[in-house]
Amino acid sequence: MSSRAPAILVLEDGRVFRGEAFGSVGETFGEAVFSTGMTGYQETLTDPSYYGQVVAQTAPQIGNTGWNDEDDESRRIWVAGYVVRDASRMASNWRAKRGLEDELASQGVVGICGVDTRALTRHLREAGAMRVGISSRDTDVEALLQKVRATPQMAGANHVGAVTASAPYTYEAKETKYTVAALDLGIKRNTPRRLAERGITTTVFPAFAEIDQLLSGSPDAVFLSNGPGDPATADHQVELTRELLRRRVPVFGICFGNQILGRALGLETYKLKFGHRGINQPVLDRHTNKIEITAHNHGFALKAPPVLEGQSGEFFETEFGRVQVSHVCLNDDVVEGLTCLDVPAYSVQYHPEAAGGPHDADYLFDRLIELIQQQEGAPTHA
Amino acid sequence: MPKREDLQHILVIGSGPIQIGQACEFDYSGTQACRVLREEGLRVTLVNSNPATIMTDPEFADATYVEPITTEVIEQIIAKEKPDALLATLGGQTALNAAVALHEAGILEKYGVELIGADMDAIQRGEDRQQFKEVVLKVGGDVPRSAVCHSMEEVTATVKDLGLPVVIRPSFTMGGLGSGMAYTWEDVDRIAGNGLAESPTTEVLIEESVLGWKEYELELMRDRDDNVVIVCSIENVDPMGVHTGDSVTVAPSMTLTDREYQHMRDIGIAILREVGVDTGGCNIQFAIDPADGRMIVIEMNPRVSRSSALASKATGFPIAKIAAKLAIGYTLDEIPNDITKATPAAFEPTLDYVVVKVPRFTFEKFPGADPTLTTTMKSVGEAMSLGRTFQQALQKALRSTETKQAGFWTRPDPEGATLENTMEALRTPHDGTLYTAERALRFGATVAEVHQACKIDPWFLDQVAQLIDLRGEIESAAVVDEALLRKAKRAGFSDAQVAALRPELAGEDGVRRLRHRLGLRPVYKTVDTCAAEFEAHTPYHYSTYEDETEVAPSDRPKVMILGSGPNRIGQGIEFDYSCVHAVQALREAGYETIMVNCNPETVSTDYDTADRLYFEPLTFEDVTEVFHAENESGRNAGGPGVVGVVVQLGGQTPLGLAERLENAGLPIVGTSPKAIDNAEDRGVFGKLLHELGLVAPAGGTAFSYEEAREVAAQIGYPVLVRPSYVLGGRGMEIVYDEDTLAGYISRATEASPEHPILIDRFLDDAIEIDVDCLCDGEDFYLGGIMEHIEEAGVHSGDSSCALPPITLGATVIEQIRDYTAKLAFGIGVRGLMNVQYALKDEQLYVLEANPRASRTVPFVSKATAVPLAKAAARIALGATIAELRAEGMLLPEGDGSDAGPDVPISVKEVLLPFKRFRTVEGAGLDAVLGPEMKSTGEVMGIDSNFGLAFAKATLAVYGKLPTSGKVFVSVADRDKRAIVFPVRRLVDLGFTVYATEGTGLVLKRHGIDFTPVARHSSGESVDAVSLIASGEIDLVITTPSASSGPRTDGWEIRSAAVVADVSCVTTIQGATAATQAIESASRGEIRVASLQELHQRLRGSETTAV
Repeated sequence: MSSRAPAILVLEDGRVFRGEAFGSVGETFGEAVFSTGMTGYQETLTDPSYYGQVVAQTAPQIGNTGWNDEDDESRRIWVAGYVVRDASRMASNWRAKRGLEDELASQGVVGICGVDTRALTRHLREAGAMRVGISSRDTDVEALLQKVRATPQMAGANHVGAVTASAPYTYEAKETKYTVAALDLGIKRNTPRRLAERGITTTVFPAFAEIDQLLSGSPDAVFLSNGPGDPATADHQVELTRELLRRRVPVFGICFGNQILGRALGLETYKLKFGHRGINQPVLDRHTNKIEITAHNHGFALKAPPVLEGQSGEFFETEFGRVQVSHVCLNDDVVEGLTCLDVPAYSVQYHPEAAGGPHDADYLFDRLIELIQQQEGAPTHA
Repeated sequence: MPKREDLQHILVIGSGPIQIGQACEFDYSGTQACRVLREEGLRVTLVNSNPATIMTDPEFADATYVEPITTEVIEQIIAKEKPDALLATLGGQTALNAAVALHEAGILEKYGVELIGADMDAIQRGEDRQQFKEVVLKVGGDVPRSAVCHSMEEVTATVKDLGLPVVIRPSFTMGGLGSGMAYTWEDVDRIAGNGLAESPTTEVLIEESVLGWKEYELELMRDRDDNVVIVCSIENVDPMGVHTGDSVTVAPSMTLTDREYQHMRDIGIAILREVGVDTGGCNIQFAIDPADGRMIVIEMNPRVSRSSALASKATGFPIAKIAAKLAIGYTLDEIPNDITKATPAAFEPTLDYVVVKVPRFTFEKFPGADPTLTTTMKSVGEAMSLGRTFQQALQKALRSTETKQAGFWTRPDPEGATLENTMEALRTPHDGTLYTAERALRFGATVAEVHQACKIDPWFLDQVAQLIDLRGEIESAAVVDEALLRKAKRAGFSDAQVAALRPELAGEDGVRRLRHRLGLRPVYKTVDTCAAEFEAHTPYHYSTYEDETEVAPSDRPKVMILGSGPNRIGQGIEFDYSCVHAVQALREAGYETIMVNCNPETVSTDYDTADRLYFEPLTFEDVTEVFHAENESGRNAGGPGVVGVVVQLGGQTPLGLAERLENAGLPIVGTSPKAIDNAEDRGVFGKLLHELGLVAPAGGTAFSYEEAREVAAQIGYPVLVRPSYVLGGRGMEIVYDEDTLAGYISRATEASPEHPILIDRFLDDAIEIDVDCLCDGEDFYLGGIMEHIEEAGVHSGDSSCALPPITLGATVIEQIRDYTAKLAFGIGVRGLMNVQYALKDEQLYVLEANPRASRTVPFVSKATAVPLAKAAARIALGATIAELRAEGMLLPEGDGSDAGPDVPISVKEVLLPFKRFRTVEGAGLDAVLGPEMKSTGEVMGIDSNFGLAFAKATLAVYGKLPTSGKVFVSVADRDKRAIVFPVRRLVDLGFTVYATEGTGLVLKRHGIDFTPVARHSSGESVDAVSLIASGEIDLVITTPSASSGPRTDGWEIRSAAVVADVSCVTTIQGATAATQAIESASRGEIRVASLQELHQRLRGSETTAV
């Protein structure tokens, strides 16, 4: 067993965890969050929504299946730091090409292993997500704490620019039936893949694309992707979405995209205490009264619309007409999806594309096709 | 969707006696189900023939029928109770098969009973291999290439097509009974031939070999709104080819990427929906080709299974409880998660720890049985451990198995072990493959080489290799410092393992002292279903070495109850029953109860049972650390801490720790370890008997063969020899001459190195008597007297017995009570004691006294309506018998020795696992009984007279009792006189008699006609063995010729009966009892009565408290 350098993890409230260097040796900072998925670390690490975050994995054995060439959800690892209990020294899977640690090291990702991740998780659950630093270079706790406290907060952070594509690109379906323009706020590869399976060709646009550029190819719908940072800062995308709603362009948003649609409809966002990050979250789809087990990764959520007298809060009025809170999380009643009843738009707070996670919410891509079909012939793109 | 209002009364079927493949996990699931249904305000009627279950305690159902699980009996219960619905998915394959039979006989329809939690067509689609295969293919899954065959001709054609090796699986058998891998055409003939016979539908599946592939299981749940969740994924460390019950398994799966896992999940859910499992749990098994990831579906269980129990304990998600709620109409989102309280059961548990299950085998009980692990399950129990890493969980699990080898390096390598022979051994799956793999790696083999040999995934092997690296660090370090010891503890090393590597640390005690000096103690984490995302309200803990402990402070007086560890023959569910009773009684008396156990099958390890549950190995180290943590948690809260540790109820495992625990300062309550030891110590005990004026068979103690020979010669043969300090008759034999004695010593001294050999005069033809009693130091209470049906010499755990005694006179009973009281006071019992007597020529001999809960406690408690274990637990904590009488826990006056003439007779009969095993050559095992215990489970028959009660017990074990047909008789000379009467009764009842020459001649002289049959050895064309094998015989009565030499004669006849599944009686007393039973059954007198009715009769108007 090669001996590892000692490492420390210091939270902004002064709590310290000790462990050993994992991945790249150095120092890193971000927002400490925990993710409860037992599979899919490769997908988690390459999910742009984790940009700026130090991810603690609650599953204790990480790296067992190594790193392969197929499961990356984007072009690189995005997490600011990685915290695990036990890092596997061996990769065992027929698709593995190299070890997780090699990949972390080659991408310069600083991690820490041997940490009591359960204690860390319990702390974050009680105290809330907060800023954190990891160092495997210098184990002076006080010095690291000062640095942690000097880093910016996640609330108010605009990270979309850091993760979005620099230029548009297209993911072709084998036989294109429809086209979708996707606004890349941190999109994962599995989204265009899921769309392509249904005959949808997706053109992915940078996050700051203007409406004319986005609609230049006369897409049948616009997709608002997931992404990192505080949705309260995404004013450009919110305005863009309001224009899409005005023009009755079908819109489907997920995660960050759900928050943008919500803001476009007049709802506010807020920061959850410690977020939803995992692949076991039960969501009720009010259309069907079915429960789906879903993949989540969100630290912010939409504030539920005010409950009017005599109403459940499920339906509310907006300047774009009536809207339904179509999905709710059964664990804590967080708003997990919106469906506009008078304009062609809907969104969910979680990840129907999964990767990692269960495929229960895959039907939401079918709903996009239904929405497009309903809109065919209706006046759009005015 | 809320609870169905149209259901008011549910019939629940249990799983009957414990057997290999179906153990106490179904008591756990059944108990949960009964509890849930009653909480929902439903009336519950229960049928289960197994008295040692918690579910058959009268308080768990409104009407509890300890009756045989047969179609006829259940019909009577249905007719009497008129339930609205039948819940049969929580009682294993036994209950499911019973439900299918009731359905097919039209009984459910006739009485308007709805089957809930399952659908007949779904059961067919799930269990019928061909239909299931079609389901899998329809939903886009893959299956091994295969064909279902109904004859040997079809088998041959299929094997030619697929090519050897192939897997052969009979349909509708449980625990994979009769399955096997065929490498040669001879294997094909043998396994398929047996399989066609075993299958109730004369059907076997022949399939492509996936030997060596990775094996996985998913536990799924579905509600009536078609919501589905995966409760747990389980990965088998042993590859395909080893039955999952015999495999080391780990949860969650360790070597799947999300892509592969989700594919498995998708296929699993699609199968569940297509099969149409109504509501509830099911289990699906998968195999993955490690080379290219091809995934195939192996099979499904459309019911709660052994793996469901494991998954429930592993995740904290109580599958059976939820399944019961789903069956009565709730949906997953309407059921709260017990552990978080705040979130619903509609979610998938996520683990922040690793769970390892290790099977427990008892091949030593069945000499001659092939110990190769195959697709037929052979293990009798299992231990589970949780740790924050795989290494930690694995090492804890290995030391939980109660084997001599308690983790790596705790026993020397086998003599003559080399890299070459170790690698060779790895090619055959066996008990302890991981130990062998470790040795191979340590001897220098690479992970790749070991993987090539045993097909265990390289990831697991590398984990073992890391332990070997750490071993090297420990061995070579200049000093074992804090950092190194911490590293070792974090990897799951026990103090004993570290001590084995560093002799200068002065053994386990030395390592412990060093560890405490360095401030290294475990912390306790919580099983919470959600990886700490939500707060947990259930103190279900496991140890690890990390930063933060989660033991909550509490100022209540605490009592620790030590459980019984993995089931094995001789120590099973009966001890868990007593432990659970102790918890119940002490909770009620106001104590905070703390359960420590490592057996995932049990009720005791349900987080609902005790106030706090520690899923920990039952070793000195692990138990004392739990004590320390709990005592601190009490003291820190200003409370008294742990005021008592109960060790007398969990059988040999906790008992073996008693003395060390007491020396370490733990407050052992109840009978003192010293008193326990005195009863076990021959010298002290003999002296006590002498003082009390009691008689024991002549005997002596020997430390060498020479001494043994002298003792035996002095007391005269036959003698009963055994190592001291045994439970379940481990290593016990009846020896008839000096040569056999020499052979025994060479084997037995290996069996128990620290203890001498005990030699006793063996009392031929004596009546054996078992007594359970209570004593508080002032007062004495006799629980019950059981008269064995088999003679002394058959292990009491394998004997059938009757309560109250059926032939003992009042004087003898008075004498028994007197002797037992003297012993209880003499030994200093504070709680339970079991005494065994032999009655020969009107002399009562004391065979042994065990001041602890015995295997018969649940039977006696059910038969007499007095909860002995509860009383024992209370006495241990200071209550008196007088107080317990006043409370109504014990009878207000009198006790189990004064049964009135109208008291019903309860009979205990045992289930023997011979059918499970084959020799390496594929022959059956000898079914003879002896002083070494071999049974896995027991049943109880209750009725107004012995014949009826015995008939019920026989029905409960075999599912049938021949009332006419052909009886084959061949008995030893000494039994020839006694056999005449029973055989004459059988003839009167319509049986035709086949007999061997000697026996036949005696019968003939008494006017009984018979057809002569040659012994197997005579080589004639039609002999006894072939006659039995052909299935022509309905009943076999054969007694071993005891007085003429070792009990080896006739084994071919007995093993043929085992293979052919023919009722086989091997004692003369058994033959008499069987005859009475057949007589009663053929008169059609079998009627059912609930335990509640029975207890009402026994205890009249006073409250029953069992």
